[in-house]
Amino acid sequence: MIRINCPYCGERDHSEFSYGGDATINYPSLDASEKEWTEAIFFRKNIKGFQFETWHHSNGCRMWLVVERSTVTHEIKSVKPCHPDLQKVVENNK
Amino acid sequence: MKTRRIDNYGKINRDKILSFRWDKKNYKGFEGDTLASALLANNIGIVGRSFKYHRPRGIFSSGVEESGALVTIGSKDRRDPNVRATTQELYNGLEACGQNAFPNVNFDLAGINNYLGRFFAAGFYYKTFMGIPPLEWGKGTAIWMFFEKFIRKAAGMGSASGLPDPDTYEHAHDFCDLIVVGSGPAGVAAAIEAAEKKLDVILVEQDSLIGGNQLAENDFDNSQIKNQLENLGIKIMTRTTAFGLYDNCVVGLLERVTDHISAPNVNIPRQRFWTIRAKHIIVGAGAIERHIAFNNNDIPGVMTVNASKHYLNRYGVLTGKRIVIATNNDSVYETAHQLSEAGANVTVLDSRTNFEIETNKSFEIRKGYVPYNINGSKKIDSLDISKSETINKSETINCDQVLLSGGWSPAVHLLSHRGVKPKWDYNNACFLPSDTKENITMVGSSRGLWNKNDCIASGIAGTTDALNRLGLSKTNYFFPKPGGWKNPIQPLYEVKYKKSRSKSFVDYQHDVTTDDVRLAHREGFISVEHLKRYTTLGMANDQGKMGNIIGLSLMAELLNKEIPEVGTTVFRPPYTPVSIGALSGRNVGKHFRPLRVTPMHQWNIDHGAKMIEVGLYQRPWYYPKENETLSDSYIREASTVRKTVGICDVTSLGKIAIQGSDSTEFLNRIYSNGFSKLQVGKARYGIMLRDDGIVMDDGTSWRLAENEYFMTTSTGEAAKVMSWLEELLQTRWTDLNVNVTSVSEQWAGVSVAGPKSREVLNNCVDDSLVITNNNLPFMGVTSTFLKGNIPCRIARISFSGELAFEVYVKSDFANTMMDLLWENTKKYDGCLYGLEALGALRVEKGHVTAAELDGRVTIDDAGLSKMASTKKSYIGSAMRKRGVLKNNDREILVGFFPTNLKETFNAGTIVCEKNNIKGQGIGRITSVTYSPELGHWIGLGFVKGGLDKWKDTNLVGADPVRNKQMNLKVVSPHMIDPKGERMYA
Repeated sequence: MIRINCPYCGERDHSEFSYGGDATINYPSLDASEKEWTEAIFFRKNIKGFQFETWHHSNGCRMWLVVERSTVTHEIKSVKPCHPDLQKVVENNK
Repeated sequence: MKTRRIDNYGKINRDKILSFRWDKKNYKGFEGDTLASALLANNIGIVGRSFKYHRPRGIFSSGVEESGALVTIGSKDRRDPNVRATTQELYNGLEACGQNAFPNVNFDLAGINNYLGRFFAAGFYYKTFMGIPPLEWGKGTAIWMFFEKFIRKAAGMGSASGLPDPDTYEHAHDFCDLIVVGSGPAGVAAAIEAAEKKLDVILVEQDSLIGGNQLAENDFDNSQIKNQLENLGIKIMTRTTAFGLYDNCVVGLLERVTDHISAPNVNIPRQRFWTIRAKHIIVGAGAIERHIAFNNNDIPGVMTVNASKHYLNRYGVLTGKRIVIATNNDSVYETAHQLSEAGANVTVLDSRTNFEIETNKSFEIRKGYVPYNINGSKKIDSLDISKSETINKSETINCDQVLLSGGWSPAVHLLSHRGVKPKWDYNNACFLPSDTKENITMVGSSRGLWNKNDCIASGIAGTTDALNRLGLSKTNYFFPKPGGWKNPIQPLYEVKYKKSRSKSFVDYQHDVTTDDVRLAHREGFISVEHLKRYTTLGMANDQGKMGNIIGLSLMAELLNKEIPEVGTTVFRPPYTPVSIGALSGRNVGKHFRPLRVTPMHQWNIDHGAKMIEVGLYQRPWYYPKENETLSDSYIREASTVRKTVGICDVTSLGKIAIQGSDSTEFLNRIYSNGFSKLQVGKARYGIMLRDDGIVMDDGTSWRLAENEYFMTTSTGEAAKVMSWLEELLQTRWTDLNVNVTSVSEQWAGVSVAGPKSREVLNNCVDDSLVITNNNLPFMGVTSTFLKGNIPCRIARISFSGELAFEVYVKSDFANTMMDLLWENTKKYDGCLYGLEALGALRVEKGHVTAAELDGRVTIDDAGLSKMASTKKSYIGSAMRKRGVLKNNDREILVGFFPTNLKETFNAGTIVCEKNNIKGQGIGRITSVTYSPELGHWIGLGFVKGGLDKWKDTNLVGADPVRNKQMNLKVVSPHMIDPKGERMYA
């Protein structure tokens, strides 16, 4: 069982969370072309090693988090809120 | 019958006699016995029949590695097959019987398989069902389908009861700093060291007693150790198996709570499934003694040496009178000494020629000798032995027992669960655990330490390692070197004697012989993973705990390689079998998944509702009057709504409060249709797309104030939509000032529908002026009060196509609202209606629901193109225009009538062109109902090209599942009141 250290709730089982997806995608603006959207939605790197991914603490605080996780060992290096303002708040409270 | 129990031995309680039944006969044992020790004491040698050849099988071991004594415990709905007799504690009244035999294990008709052995070699089924050459007669599935039932009956060991499990199981959770698996000298030393260093420690032991293999020692007493552990505050969990290690130091435990009790308290669970989250794991799981492959090495009376020591010193059972021990290592000599002291005539065959061992000469040692054949069938008569260099008969020893020790395999299983491959150690002829970066430390004989002092030292070192890794200390430590015997082990896996056709077993449980391994090699299955699957070596209950290494060594020899080059199969959880009941815990029956009810759930039932599950929700399905069937009832309800009025609980819809200065902009981005001009006091139907342009969900959003909206979603997608909105606000549009809150549970909703609905509401609201057609036009929203000063929200929304309102109150007022509405509905001869009638009404109108919006459908497919704004960009607006979604042959929403209006059809029917009824056809029917308004069956569905293409063509509905076919007419999905005059009334 992966244990995720939620910045709001503390360390919890991964069963409290829902997996989101690649956290590094910069979604294009809504009026961007079909080509840009296709890139953003359908093309993914299959990373071996650490990757940034989003997880939703759906059975907890409902916050979306960026988790830096190894796809090989499930080791988790960092967990941060997705929202940049909240990232700052968490950073300042450390 | 003579007993094999001897005086002055064992730790059993001889004052407490227990009776039990074995194969329908009564026997006695003592408190502290296992079923296996009690059977041995009663001189019962044959306890089962083997998997393929139905050979008589006895008890091979004294623990979890048992591959022979698999028995069925209990009867009726408590019948539990394939239980290891060696780990089943005896209790008064225990009922057990042998398996895989008819009529019984002593005389088994299928024993003839033993003589048909060459037909049952590895790969028998694979080859047979490839067809018989030269014409490959019988190839394909048909012959398999025919024979399968016979094969299934013949295969497998015990059989399950087939009845519902009467016992309860529990899931439990715990946390600790350190979990220690195994209570042998290493585990205990580690636990004590850790507790003294103030760690919070759990000590897990699969046995009923702590002590590990020390329980086989004649002078061992665990009471002092137990006191010490308890005084240090260590949580001791006996009868508990750590069956698996998982990510982040999570350990799965199975605690057998009542399996050893004759009449357990029904209020406690039979087993507990524990999830332990530790900071560090120390594994002192011990080592398992191996047997040696040679002819007839499975005759009852064959056992490991250590097992015999257990039976003697723990249970007071001397397992043989004339005992031959065959070995290649030093570990057997203490046992040999003790067995001879207890009165047995012991001979040790040691394959090694040059070694020194101190003994008191109470038994004979034959240096350089090995066993090569056992004579006997149901019991051992004698043993043929030979010089170890070349196998030729040199002597036959009369004996009644053969004890084997081919070396020891450290129990590296738990570490293997974490993907850590063990490494082969030539000096000790075994796999040793490799190091891992994870917080797991192996100690004791599971890291290849054979003597007690080394084990204790490794336990203390293991805890120091844990403290260092947890950052609590920086102390140097070292582990003793693997090994510890005076003389080195000499590898001995098989004694080959080619002049006989007898079977030589590698894996007892699945009847895998040395010949099977050779056959696999000849046929090219040389990788260990292929070897395993082709021969079934290392499968089933014991998972190759005894035989795996022997199989590997044989393959290594055939390939002219060393064992580590051949590799080892990966051990996966569980270490020992875990019952399905324990895995499901309390999530069975009604509690299989959470149950959601609306606040007027009881009100609905009290008013005659039959309920149906929709997702997790219980919703009213229909409200039958006396003797009415489902269809009588829903047709009456739907007609009543069209004629007068009906009320229906719609609380299960998802409800989301949206607030903040950018709320309008937010809705404008997530919905495909425009929301920027929606006035306060109005609601709008909206469709949300996914990023890829497919429809995600539909619902309404009500503008309650300048910056406040109330959104409803479909029942099934409510959770998904909520997560989606949160994702957008927290990850993509972090500059928007919007808050979303799920208020699904906070509001109770009811639909009041039908031409008389306004009259009903007039009687229910405080101020009837607020709901006049002027003040509350179609899609109007108002916040007002029901009679009795109950605050409510009313929207003029219609799903039925009639004049209709949705009324929401805070959940606590749900029953009051229902009472009030129902009292007034009755005045207009109205009715309560359920989901079935709701469905009928919406199909008549061509409204789509989850049945249509199934994640493959675009806005255009659903015939809702006008809902896609051309004046703005929104989620999915670019992608919905991609080529594949714009093909001309996409399936478009239409309505269906049976050509012969008397015919019926079902959802799931495949729509085909006439004379071309095959495959996926050209469309499908997604929803059907009887239309009370039209007087016949109607359906909604999709067809390639839509109404325009098939307007006047007869199509065919094929329903192969129900063996039905009917002619269909394609019509507009808006089958009633297409202009919507009624809703605007």
